[in-house]
Amino acid sequence: MDHSVTTSLLYLDGVSVSFDGYKALRGLSLTLAPGEMRAIIGPNGAGKTTMMDVITGKTRPDEGDVLFGGTHDLTKLDEAQIAELGIGRKFQKPTVFESQSVDDNLLLALKAPRGALATLFGKPAPDTRLRIDQILETTRLKDHRHRMAADLSHGQKQWLEIGMLLAQDPKLLLVDEPVAGMTDAETAQTAELLRAIAVDHSVVVVEHDMTFVRDLGVKVTVLHEGAVLAEGPLDVVSADPRVIEVYLGR
Amino acid sequence: MNPATDRLIDTRGYIFLAVLSAAAVLVPILTLVIPDESAFAMPPYLVALFGKYLCFALLAVALDLVWGYCGILSLGHGAFFALGGYAMGMYLMRQIGTRGVYAHPVLPDFMVFLNWKELPVAWWGFQSFPYAMAMVLLIPGLLAFIFGWLAFRSRVTGVYLSIITQAMTYALMLAFFRNDMGFGGNNGLTDFKDLLGFNVQATETRVALFVASCIALGGGYLVARAVVTSKFGKVVIAIRDAESRTRFLGYRVETYKLAVFVLSAMMAGLAGALYVPQVGIINPGEFSPANSIEAVIWVAVGGRGTLVGAALGAFMVNWGKTFFTGALPEYWLFALGGLFVLVTLFMPKGVIGLIDQYKVRRASKKPTAEG
Ligand SMILES: Nc1ncnc2c1ncn2[C@@H]1O[C@H](COP(=O)(O)OP(=O)(O)O)[C@@H](O)[C@H]1O
Ligand SMILES: [Mg+2]
Repeated sequence: MDHSVTTSLLYLDGVSVSFDGYKALRGLSLTLAPGEMRAIIGPNGAGKTTMMDVITGKTRPDEGDVLFGGTHDLTKLDEAQIAELGIGRKFQKPTVFESQSVDDNLLLALKAPRGALATLFGKPAPDTRLRIDQILETTRLKDHRHRMAADLSHGQKQWLEIGMLLAQDPKLLLVDEPVAGMTDAETAQTAELLRAIAVDHSVVVVEHDMTFVRDLGVKVTVLHEGAVLAEGPLDVVSADPRVIEVYLGR
Repeated sequence: MNPATDRLIDTRGYIFLAVLSAAAVLVPILTLVIPDESAFAMPPYLVALFGKYLCFALLAVALDLVWGYCGILSLGHGAFFALGGYAMGMYLMRQIGTRGVYAHPVLPDFMVFLNWKELPVAWWGFQSFPYAMAMVLLIPGLLAFIFGWLAFRSRVTGVYLSIITQAMTYALMLAFFRNDMGFGGNNGLTDFKDLLGFNVQATETRVALFVASCIALGGGYLVARAVVTSKFGKVVIAIRDAESRTRFLGYRVETYKLAVFVLSAMMAGLAGALYVPQVGIINPGEFSPANSIEAVIWVAVGGRGTLVGAALGAFMVNWGKTFFTGALPEYWLFALGGLFVLVTLFMPKGVIGLIDQYKVRRASKKPTAEG
């Protein structure tokens, strides 16, 4: 398997998933170029989260191809293997390790050997401290580093999770509704943070918040009933009558 | 990464180890040096009783490691304890030699009684103490490995996992009850004579076993602490709190669970091995599902996820049990059940949690005391 089928970083073709007969994804096709940032929008239940579940190995598709870096068939790998390939994920509901400190959350996420022997007997890499400090700086959590993650505000938890993604230093970041429940100021800061991340990472962001998507200023894919309805710059997509009908015009 | 919580031995740990060391020094003095007539003399039966509690405390620490830190509620840890106990019991049986009722040089009495002619393969090597000690760790470890490999790989969690651990110990109990298993059936293994050449009934031996139990508990605690304060331990806690998140970070959750489970089973096996010479018998009743559930209650009462609390809980509940079964034997199970309900409802963090709460309250009452 050393010849690439595609030059895309992420390649989904004809992906279908059904839950007890309900088709959450119906022949979804999508490609992402290396280094690209993409926003995915679509009404509730469109299949956005399910798409991320398929890419990260949580859900196996019934049909279709999912390739990463042109060669890795993600439908054959499990969550840990996919994470090791360099795909990181932020969940829709912020999921951090509540009973551990902000520092420790980042330490756990930081790119380092994941084996049990390495974590039991290994010494942390010399630049560990420095990398954690940098991420704390980027995510504005420096003053909270010793607090339990459970004690953070909702917005801070979202940032911590984005920080954990950064710590993993993945090739591809999947970010599910990062600004849900955030204040306007926090939302703007998050857009800024993601743009900074996108400079040297490929990113897929799922979001409902139109101001936020506009702030990102990237190509948009509209999902509807488990398939792509439209794709292009936000202005073009939002002028599409079909999109207006199912989504924007509500 | 957190200097306050990552220390191998914290304040609570120092107190715990100090108490254990004091016991390991004082008990031999009170029992062997102080004359029997003195009011301070410690009767040998008490030494054996406390020695037994120490073994339970080690079992509790082992259980806390998997339940408190990794979220695996094992309702079958008594099985690992019993297997360690059987391995020790087999060594002790082989030491009896010609002093048995049938005076057979190799076969234990119950085998002669069953008309067996040869020693079963499972018993080979058990005349050697080092071999038996290796088995004390390896047999529980191997069972935990096979069981955990099957269960964790197929992602059995929560109540389902608890139920199959319970089924495991129950199945072992039924198996060990059978005479043809070759482990003494119903009666188990008993009538031990000596351990490493010392009479197991002698007060000196009891004291030595007590001290060995102190060391095992202290050592088990330190190993558990080393594990939970390492980065490995942080991963384990992460698995407890958000298993699938941990997977998406690239950790092989099943490998981590398996490692903790096997280590814990070995600790439980060691506890069982120290227990058997102090009580003088091991029988299939030790596999009883109720024993494993009791161990869970010890940990819950003392404080889950604190190690020291688990040991403390084992002491307190067993102290209560000794009292109850002496005074009001028929009410013990009700008391135990009631205790569990009360702890679950009102003391989710157990006795250690209460102590912590008290400390916090006292600290907040006199905020200027430090300045
Ligand atoms: N594990 C599941 N079992 C059953 N149905 C599911 C499951 N996950 C998602 N669905 C269904 O699939 C559809 C798509 O869900 P989802 O991908 O979460 O949508 P979105 O993230 O776009 O709001 C929804 O109708 C949802 O109810
Ligand atoms: Mg969703």
